Amino acid sequence: MTSETTMFKSVGRFIGNNPLVPLLILLLVLVGVLEFMRPGIVNERWIGNTIKFAIPLAMLAACQTLTMLTGGIDLSAAVAATISAFVMATQVPIVGVPLAICIGLIPAIMIGMVNGFGVAVCRVHPLIMTLGTGLIATGCLQVYQRFVIASGSVIPDGLAWLGTGRTWGLPNALILFVPIAILIIWAQRRTGFGRLLYALGSNETASRISGVRSWQVFLALYMLSGLIAGVTGLLYVGLIKAPSLSLVNPLLLPSVAAAVIGGTSIFGGRGGYSGTILGALILTVLGTLLTLLQMPEGLRRILFGLIILTVTTTYIRLTEQSR
Amino acid sequence: MTRQFLRHGWTAGLLAILALLFVFTKIIQPDFGTSGLDSLSRAMLPFAFATAAMAVVVIAGGIDLSVASMMAVAGVTAAVLMDGAGDGMTAVAVVIVLLVGLTMGAINGALIVITRVPDIVVTLAMLYVWEGVALLILNGPGGSATPWLRELIVGPFIVPWLPRSLVFLAVCLVAVWVPLKRSKLGLSIYAIGSNDLAAYRSGVSVGRTRIAAYAVCGLFAAIGGLTLTMSTGNGEPIPGPYLMASVAAVVLGGVVLGGGKGALLGPIIAVIILRLVRMDLTLLSVDPNVTTIVEGTIMVVVVMFGGVLAYRGRHK
Repeated sequence: MTSETTMFKSVGRFIGNNPLVPLLILLLVLVGVLEFMRPGIVNERWIGNTIKFAIPLAMLAACQTLTMLTGGIDLSAAVAATISAFVMATQVPIVGVPLAICIGLIPAIMIGMVNGFGVAVCRVHPLIMTLGTGLIATGCLQVYQRFVIASGSVIPDGLAWLGTGRTWGLPNALILFVPIAILIIWAQRRTGFGRLLYALGSNETASRISGVRSWQVFLALYMLSGLIAGVTGLLYVGLIKAPSLSLVNPLLLPSVAAAVIGGTSIFGGRGGYSGTILGALILTVLGTLLTLLQMPEGLRRILFGLIILTVTTTYIRLTEQSR
Repeated sequence: MTRQFLRHGWTAGLLAILALLFVFTKIIQPDFGTSGLDSLSRAMLPFAFATAAMAVVVIAGGIDLSVASMMAVAGVTAAVLMDGAGDGMTAVAVVIVLLVGLTMGAINGALIVITRVPDIVVTLAMLYVWEGVALLILNGPGGSATPWLRELIVGPFIVPWLPRSLVFLAVCLVAVWVPLKRSKLGLSIYAIGSNDLAAYRSGVSVGRTRIAAYAVCGLFAAIGGLTLTMSTGNGEPIPGPYLMASVAAVVLGGVVLGGGKGALLGPIIAVIILRLVRMDLTLLSVDPNVTTIVEGTIMVVVVMFGGVLAYRGRHK
């Protein structure tokens, strides 16, 4: 009897301590609804496809999650990813694959560096700073496009393999994503850098007084965010196989939504990357679900927005109660 | 005297930049005159109203990412209602559009207050919702605008050098903003922007004020959408690039992100500056893509400069 009540208590505490559980349940419910609407759709192939399309979103959402932990946001992530992809694809015919990949990542890191400089040294609000660098970078990309328009673009076979191929039913992109995800989760939980992010997000003044050199952390954070965005771009162009000037841009707002649904507070100090991954999966499944429903595009968008809002509201209520 | 200057220093600086830009425009394009002014002012209208909408909620300590989508909804509503309507019906249509704007804004505000979800997230979700509503009303560009309404923003007003669109902008902004700022509600909006807890303890109803601020934002967005339909002659359900532009102009205009400070005049001057820079670069036959870079750089540099100034000011 007593052992049973303690078990119930520990289950309750388990849910309180593991805010991922309701997200996982939501994901399973969505998959269940999908299976109910179209029996037989949920098979190995569908799971592979869902994961394949969720991965770039989850990676882009990593930029948002990490910056949100400090109370920031990275609106230039999509542009950084697009630039990486475009520069890489157009440099391949000129300098070869390995060098092109390196050249492609440079602008993404530079965008991150400028963001970091603005946020850390000039104390500009991250929203404004990343918005501005995103604008500048878009302009630069368009100018760059004019110079390389003759050389054409090539997607390296390796990236196409990584983006679209599958081994034993699972997409190859997992080879890239799983180590990155593990690294991010490990870094945010176990390393000093990760804890500094939470500290700066909870109370910047307090952490600065305790001796945190906030400008170094911010600079490193936004450069890291740029780098992740660049890698996302490379992966995504392997998936889509057609570099364009607005390749990754449609993923920007969903990436913010994925991080928010995953329980990361936009004010900083709370949340984590594991939730974001689930958020990205939920958004992708939701997208499939809404596509399957025979309804006009407008209604689909309305539903998408309302569901994001409902999920976030419920989630905030749930986690508030558990504290 | 010094306090007065510091208070209006930012706006004065913007005005000086604007004057310099006009002189510069006249130098590079000696025949820049009434027609140039007219087209500049007409192109600026939707941006100006989007910026005004954004400015009100930023002053109230929030942000509204759904401004461009609300403009799209208002634009298509106007276009559909005015399609084939007579002069009398048009007036009714305008009133309906304004009411729709107020309602959309109030819904945004109410959702923020009720759900207690951060405003960025709520308006991000509502961005999709309003986009969807606009697509439901009109699935592609269509509808039309009544001619007399279109003539409201075309051509000069009384004197040849004063574009009618500029007068339209000034009248709309003054008619909404001046009574608002003088009223109790206006004071409450500034109060919840600078410190909502202090405002609450001084007896301001924070939730109601926030909803009102978002409703005013929706109203401005609706006027913006209306001008969009007026200048193009049809409704366009896909939102234009007004979100980013309005945030940029608001910040350039000296409204502090986080609330409580600033007014409408600064952001509007900032809009004119940004449009004028764009026009100058086109006149200089600079690649339009370079124009985007220049605009972004201006925004980032000004904001960085302002950030450093504010930081220095706090630590003296």
